[in-house]
Amino acid sequence: MQPIRKNISSAWHALFGDPVRAFGVVSVILLLALAIAPAKEHFSQWHSYQRHYLTLIRDRGDAISLRRRFEPGIHQIWLPELGVVDRCTTCHLGLNEASLADVSQQPFRKHPVVPHSLNGFGCVICHGGQGQATTVAEAHHSERAGEEPILPTRYIESGCGQCHQNALPGTPQLNLGRTVVARYGCVHCHAITRPDGSKVEATDHPPSLAHIADKTTREWIFSWLKDPQAYAGSTTMPNYKFSDGDASDISAYLISSSKPQAGDSAAPSAKPGTGADLAAGPSLYGESFCASCHAVQNAAGNLVGGNLGPELTRIGNKAKPEWLAAWLENPRVYDSTTPMPHYRFTPQQNATLVAFLQAKSDSDYGSGVHLDAASPQQIAHGRKLIVEFGCAACHEINGVQKPENFAPDLSTIGSKPLAQIVFLPGMEHSLPSYIAAKIRQPRAFGSSVKMPQFTLTASQTDALTTALLALTARSRSMPDNLRVAAVPETNYQPAGHAGKLIAELACFSCHRFNGRGGDMAPDLTWEGSSVQRQWLTDFLHNPNTLRPSLIRRMPRFNLSDSDNKELTDYILVVYQSSAIDADLASLATNSPDLVEHGKQLFYSKYACQSCHIVDSKADKGYIGPTLTQVGSRLTPAWVHAWLKNPQALRPGTAEPNQNLSDDDARALTAFLMSQKRPGGRGVKQ
Amino acid sequence: MKRRFTGSMTFATSAILALLSAATLAGCKHSAPANAGLKATAQGTALVESSGGHQIGATGTTLKDPLVVQVNDDQGTAVPGALVEFHGPAGVSFDPAEVLSDSSGQATTSVTLGTIAGLYQIDAVTSGKTKPVSIGILETALNYQERVGSILVERYCSRCHDSESSPERVSNYDNLEVKPHLFTDGNTLNKMSDADLTSIILHGGPALNRSALMPSYGNTLSPSDVKALIAYTRAVSDPPYQPPGTVYARK
Repeated sequence: MQPIRKNISSAWHALFGDPVRAFGVVSVILLLALAIAPAKEHFSQWHSYQRHYLTLIRDRGDAISLRRRFEPGIHQIWLPELGVVDRCTTCHLGLNEASLADVSQQPFRKHPVVPHSLNGFGCVICHGGQGQATTVAEAHHSERAGEEPILPTRYIESGCGQCHQNALPGTPQLNLGRTVVARYGCVHCHAITRPDGSKVEATDHPPSLAHIADKTTREWIFSWLKDPQAYAGSTTMPNYKFSDGDASDISAYLISSSKPQAGDSAAPSAKPGTGADLAAGPSLYGESFCASCHAVQNAAGNLVGGNLGPELTRIGNKAKPEWLAAWLENPRVYDSTTPMPHYRFTPQQNATLVAFLQAKSDSDYGSGVHLDAASPQQIAHGRKLIVEFGCAACHEINGVQKPENFAPDLSTIGSKPLAQIVFLPGMEHSLPSYIAAKIRQPRAFGSSVKMPQFTLTASQTDALTTALLALTARSRSMPDNLRVAAVPETNYQPAGHAGKLIAELACFSCHRFNGRGGDMAPDLTWEGSSVQRQWLTDFLHNPNTLRPSLIRRMPRFNLSDSDNKELTDYILVVYQSSAIDADLASLATNSPDLVEHGKQLFYSKYACQSCHIVDSKADKGYIGPTLTQVGSRLTPAWVHAWLKNPQALRPGTAEPNQNLSDDDARALTAFLMSQKRPGGRGVKQ
Repeated sequence: MKRRFTGSMTFATSAILALLSAATLAGCKHSAPANAGLKATAQGTALVESSGGHQIGATGTTLKDPLVVQVNDDQGTAVPGALVEFHGPAGVSFDPAEVLSDSSGQATTSVTLGTIAGLYQIDAVTSGKTKPVSIGILETALNYQERVGSILVERYCSRCHDSESSPERVSNYDNLEVKPHLFTDGNTLNKMSDADLTSIILHGGPALNRSALMPSYGNTLSPSDVKALIAYTRAVSDPPYQPPGTVYARK
């Protein structure tokens, strides 16, 4: 004790023994204290990055101008109306410097060209992270409450999706993700409300199970519930991983609750097997272009066909022949809103198709399934499971109500606080990795999780994660003028008998009219201005193809003459564009000289033969439709308007707008209109 | 006193430098899961690329197709059970990074590109009988603008400018009397300036005294579309495009 006290007292004496020495010592302490603040700044991370930047630009050719634009100190982008206070540019010094595009060392690289300016939007709106932070760790990796780590580049398109609810051409991943949300029916269970208040709608068509016993057997339902992908690899139905007992009980309830469809047996002409021509099956399936919507797995294991309807690889294992016959006779009897068209098959054609489809079966599928008759307790247990797992959120089921808000609302899932998430061991602590893991394997997050296992490819999972990450709280606080709304489907409904025909033939499944319908086939909103009556009548009778290279084509519906006339009249009268003057008198007469001049333009000046065929012997162009008979198909007014500006009539068409003069367009129209169908039908003098 | 201050300054400076390099390295995280359990049961003497090279993807995303290399022996026969390691530049990750070749001698991994656009060389390495064998495989990462270009190319250009057909589109290349240049044809396109490319896109082939089979897109594409097309062309060029003008010292 004594020596320490002695030491202290001698040190005190040495430092403050006399006034002059004390003054000196106090001054030194004061100066050191004053130096703390500047030293802290000098040794700060951002400061060292700025010094590093200066070293980097020193040796470059444009060092002087780069140095002139460099401002020392903390930089800040402040946009109060967007809630942006971003200091990222303090370290990311070269973002706007075009000449630094070749620098691979971060944080000095130039930002790639994007549609938004850095000063107009800042950084965190797109990239996430903490804009106000001035250290790498805090800005990029913070996990503190209310803060978010920076968004990994692979999900960067989610940033765009906060304001852009429409499909942007430059964000394929986000667009795919939104398609997945709609197509896999996520929103049947999870409601998603956009910032403008509109709801995200599903585009799948989960079948009603109210009459399921007409369609299939309990054994098939059992096998299907156990593993939907084993029946059809491409189905969007997820796997609920039911035990054998649970699947058996659910199938028992579905069969016992099913009511026979009224009028089911009212199709005596469609008894299976009568007059079936087995050899004609494949060609009838081909001619009817079933493959436009339905896929079948070929011998090599590849799916061939569209995905609008269910896969038919093993349809024979599922559908009862009498149900299939009634369905092909008129699908709207069983399901009034089905996207399947009502083909007018003859009884023999019907029988042929039923036999052809029934043969598409796999003798191994479900062969080991033998279910004993279910007891009332088992049926009741089946119903309990249906309620518990929310089956009725997608499917109509007799005796079970559609649940409301069955699963958590996902409208702001992109801002879910990390503190609310239970991460799995070994998982990266970030929202994107949580969402992706939950999509990949929902049941890994606990045995009580009801969410089923979806079958998605890696790119679909990434896309879905991107679309969900776009649903942020920030997207709701953005100013209205920055929001770009989704383009909603109109509820356009054509009127009268023709409207009924259009609904029966399910034209909307493939074609678009007045902002409603599919995108598989051309938009027909202006079809009446485009085509000639005789051609349309012939086409509806027998749709020969305009683009032979396509797999998906217009089927033949076997329309009666009166129905055909009804539909033709309606299309020609109603689907007219006011921008196209059908009576443009100057287009009516074509002198041989004008036709010859048009031919010159076609082959020499505009080289249209690179994409189109007019002379089927000499021309080879295979991109646009063949024009050998265009004079019998299109109206001169449409051809003229199309040549002047193709994109105005069909946005996104591959044909460029060549800015034709009126004279050139006139001559080309004359030449094209001279390409008539041989035989003289439809030739106008 | 003075001496000590300088000393601490040097210490602080080196600490900052260490921190800086650590921070720089943090951006180049390698995800190489330790596959301690993988033991090679055989060694090959050659590596061959099977598929998955020369792919084009967006920055930071996983390439569409997996990268497959094959391990062969002297006779060119496939060697199963050889350990293949995949390495890439900063930011590239592999799933998995180490893999044993399967029964047909093939080692498969999926590649996630880095966050900076450009060419990435992926190295596949196997231990070999006497010395390690490796091959380099090139992949391309596109930034936003280049990817917009790639989407426009798919819509307007590739049916003529790509000689390969795909299930979605039939190539028109063989039908054309004057063959268009592929977008990867660096030997031709690298010699053309941005202004020339802009001109031929805007006004068609005749603008540069070339074939009229190439139509004008000046009234169809916006100026930013044209820039995106050119950026894409430059990004996929083989051999790689070197911009003209001042050559800056590289750090």
